[in-house]
Amino acid sequence: MSNASLEAIAAKSGQPFPGAPNNWQRFFTFSTDHKVIGIQYIVTAFVFFLIGGLLAMVMRGELITPEADLVDRTVYNALFTMHGTIMLFMWTFPVLNGLANYLVPLMIGARDMAFPRLNAAAFWLVPIFGTLLMVSFFIPGGPSQSGWWAYPPVSLQNPTGNLINGQVLWLLAVALSGVSSIMGAVNFVTTIFRMRAPGMGWFRMPAFCWTVLSAQIIQLVGLPALTAGAVMLLLDLTAGTSFFDPAKGGDPVLYQHFFWFYSHPAVYVIILPVFGFFSEIFPVYARKPLFGYKFVVVSSLIITILSAVVWVHHMYASGTPSWMRMLFMFSTMLISVPTGVKVFAWVATVWGGKLRLDTPMLFALGGLVCFLFAGITGVMLGAVPFDIHVNNTYFVVGHFHYVIYGATVMGVYAAIYHWFPKMTGRMYYEGLGKLHFALTFIGVNLNFFPMHPLGLMGMPRRVASYDPEFAYWNVIASLGGFLLGVSTLPFILNMISSWVLGKQAPANPWNAIGLEWLIPSPPPVENFEEIPIVVSGPYGYGSHEPLVANNPAGELISEHS
Amino acid sequence: MTTPTNPTKPRSLSVRTVALLIALAIADAAISFWVGRQAYLWMPPQASAEALLVDDLFGFLTTIGSFIFIGVTTALLVSVLFQRADKYDTSDGPPIEGNLLVEILWTTIPLGLVIWIATYSYQIYDQMAILGPMEHMNHVPSLSIMPPAEAATLPAVPEKTPIEVHVRQWAWEFYYPDQNITSTELHLPVNERARLELISEDVLHGFYIPAFRIKQDVIPGSAIDFGFTPIREGRYRLRDSDYSGTYFAANQGTVVVESAEAYQQWLTDAAAQPLTVADNRAFREFSKAVDRPISMGWKTVVPAPPPRVNYASPEDSSYE
Repeated sequence: MSNASLEAIAAKSGQPFPGAPNNWQRFFTFSTDHKVIGIQYIVTAFVFFLIGGLLAMVMRGELITPEADLVDRTVYNALFTMHGTIMLFMWTFPVLNGLANYLVPLMIGARDMAFPRLNAAAFWLVPIFGTLLMVSFFIPGGPSQSGWWAYPPVSLQNPTGNLINGQVLWLLAVALSGVSSIMGAVNFVTTIFRMRAPGMGWFRMPAFCWTVLSAQIIQLVGLPALTAGAVMLLLDLTAGTSFFDPAKGGDPVLYQHFFWFYSHPAVYVIILPVFGFFSEIFPVYARKPLFGYKFVVVSSLIITILSAVVWVHHMYASGTPSWMRMLFMFSTMLISVPTGVKVFAWVATVWGGKLRLDTPMLFALGGLVCFLFAGITGVMLGAVPFDIHVNNTYFVVGHFHYVIYGATVMGVYAAIYHWFPKMTGRMYYEGLGKLHFALTFIGVNLNFFPMHPLGLMGMPRRVASYDPEFAYWNVIASLGGFLLGVSTLPFILNMISSWVLGKQAPANPWNAIGLEWLIPSPPPVENFEEIPIVVSGPYGYGSHEPLVANNPAGELISEHS
Repeated sequence: MTTPTNPTKPRSLSVRTVALLIALAIADAAISFWVGRQAYLWMPPQASAEALLVDDLFGFLTTIGSFIFIGVTTALLVSVLFQRADKYDTSDGPPIEGNLLVEILWTTIPLGLVIWIATYSYQIYDQMAILGPMEHMNHVPSLSIMPPAEAATLPAVPEKTPIEVHVRQWAWEFYYPDQNITSTELHLPVNERARLELISEDVLHGFYIPAFRIKQDVIPGSAIDFGFTPIREGRYRLRDSDYSGTYFAANQGTVVVESAEAYQQWLTDAAAQPLTVADNRAFREFSKAVDRPISMGWKTVVPAPPPRVNYASPEDSSYE
C-alpha cells in the first residue's frame, strides 16, 4: 500500500532468526516478528501476573483477621505497593501490548509492525525493569512501601538512609516502563496510520484496531507527564532537590497532578483495548454484525479526548479548590456517555443473535457484566459529595478491581481463548476453559463485591489491620481471593497441554470474519502471502459479502470464507 | 415465550411488545427504587448534617444505577437463555448493522442523565459547603462555576477560634487554644458548626470520620480550615485516610459528640488535669517490635513518642 510497508517488508526479509513458526527457540531470541514479540509479551506478563497474584493472596491472608498478625506492617505495605505496581506495569500493560502486537498487523493486513526492531527493544525492556522491581525485595530495607502512587513525602522518607533503596529502584523501573510504553505507542500509531492493507479505510478497520489507536495516543500524550514526575521524585530522593518536599518548600500536591494526569488516562489505555476485544468477540459468537459500528469506534476517540481532562477526580479530598472539584465532576461524568454507547451497542449486538457460549464468549459476557457494575460505581465516585465519603476507602478498591480484574482480566482471557488457535495452531480444551470461567467469575464477585460495603462503612484502603466490625466482609473477600488464585490452575493446565497436545486448529475455527482468519493457524512468518485487498467492512455476519478481493494466503489454503 | 431462533424484524413493534417493555420498565423502576431505599442502611450512622445530604445523594445514585444494571443484565440474561444457536446450526443471525434512532437515543438520554446527576451532586455539594484550604478559595470568582452565593449558603459561623488538629506519624492530637487544653480525643458540642484547623507535622494524612461522611487530606506545609456540623451524640471513629507509612492503619482517633453542657463540663475538667502520657498504638507496637530478637519486617520510620496531653482517650471504648 505505501512505501513504509514495502520498506518494512524489505527489512524483514533480511532477518537472521530461525523463522519457522513451529520453532519454539524463537521465543527466546531478539526476534523482530510481531507475532513472536506478542507471545513473548503475553507469557512474560502472565508470569508477573502470577507473582502479583501471590502477593495479593498473602495480603488477603493478612486481612482475613482484623489484627496485623500474619506479616509485619512494613511487609504488608511493601506487598500492596508491589502488587499494584506489578499488576499494572508488569501484567496489564504488557499483556495488552502483547495482544495488540500480535493482532493489529494481522487485522490490518500488514506483514509486521512499522518498526520491528523498536518493537523488540520495547519488549526486552519489560524483563529488565521487571527484574529491577524483583531485586528490590532482596536489598536492605526491602521494596518501596509508599503505595503504587508513591505520593511524597512518604515516598521521600527512606528510613534506611541508603542511596540504593526500594523507592529508587521502583522509580527507575517505572521510568523505564514509561520509555518502553512510549516506544510501543510510536510503533502502534505509525503502524495503524501507514500500514493498512489496500481498501482498508478507517471505517473498514476492526474496532479493536480503533481502540488500540485511541489507547496508544493516550500513551504518547500522557506518559511524559508521569515519567517527568517520576524523574523529579527521583531527584528529590537522591540529589536533594525539593520539587515535592514540603519541608524544603516543595509542593506534594503538584506530584499528584503529575501522577494522575497520566495515571487516570492509563485506565483508559487499559480498558479501551478490552472494549476492542468485546467488539470483536460478541459479533463472532452472536453471529451478528457489531451494532452501530461507527458510533462504537468513534466513541473510543471521544474517550481518548475526555480522558485528558478528568484526572483531578482522584484528588477531590486533596485540598483542591471547589471550582476544580465541580469542573472535574462534570467532565468525569461526561465520559460515561461514550462508554455507555459501547455497552448498549454490545447488548444490541448480542440481542437477537444465535449465541454460541464458547469460552471466549463466556468471558466476554462475564467481563461486560463486571464492567457495567464498575461503570455504575464509577459514576457514583465521580459525584464529589459521595466521593468525599468513600475516597481512599475499599469502595474505590472494589470499583477499580471490577474494572481491572472483572472487565480487563476477563476480557484478556476472552481474547487469549479466542485467538489461541490462531497463535498456536492448536485448539484449547473447552471443558477446562468453562471451568476456568466459572471459577474466575465466582472468584471476582466474592473477592471484590464485599469491598463495596466495606468502603461504605468507612474502611480505608491500604490498612494492614482494621476494626472488628469489618471482619465479616473481609473474610468473604479473602475466600474469593484464594479462589481466584485457584482459578488460574485450569487455565495454565489448559494452555500448556493444549499447546503441546491439542487438536490441530483450522485457519478459521470460529467461522469468524477478519483478515487474520484468512491465513493458516499459526500464520506464516510473513503473515500474508499476498497483501489482502479489502472490499468490505469488518463485521459482515449474515450478509455473505466477501471481505477481500484476493486470497491473502496464496496457495497455502485454497478455500476461505 | 418465544422460540430460541426468533430474531424477527425489530422495527415493527407490536402493541403487545410495547406494553411488555413498559411493564418491564415499571418493574425495573420499582425494584431500583426499593434498592435505593436500602442504600441508607449500608452507611454508618448519620451523625452530621453532611451525612444526611450525602446519603440522599447515594440513595439517588443507587436507584439510577440499579435501574441501568438490572435493565442491561436482564437483556443479556434473556439473550443467553433464549437466543442460543441450536447445536448444529451454523447459520448467521440477522445482519442488523445498527439503527440510527436507537443510537442517537442511547447517546442523548445518558447525556441528559449525567447532567442531571452532576447538577444534583453540585447542589448537594453546595449545601454541604465544606471549606477547602483557604488559599485556594481565592481562585473562585475567576471561574463562575462556584457562584458567590456559596458564601451566603454557609451557616453563620460564630467567630470562634478553630480547634487545632495536629497529626503526625502516627498520632492525632487536638488543641483547644481558648482553654489551652490538649487531648487525644476530639470533643465537639452537638448541633453546632465545628471549626477545625488541620495541621500535618510530617507527611500527608487524611482526616476522615465515616459517621460524618467528611474527609480532608491534611497537607504538610499548609493549615487547612475545615468545618462540619455534628448532629448526633456519641463516640465515633476518626481514621487516617491518606496512606501515611508503616503504622498508617493504627493511626486512629476518637471523636465525642456531646451536649453543650457536657462539652463545657469536659473542657473545665480537662483544663484542670495535668499533662499525662497518652496510649499510642503505633509507638506501643514499635517498642514491642524493637525488643524482639529477630526483626520480621524492614526498617521503618520511627513513630513519634506518645502525645502528652491533658485528656488521654480511655483505652477500651466502644463506638457508634
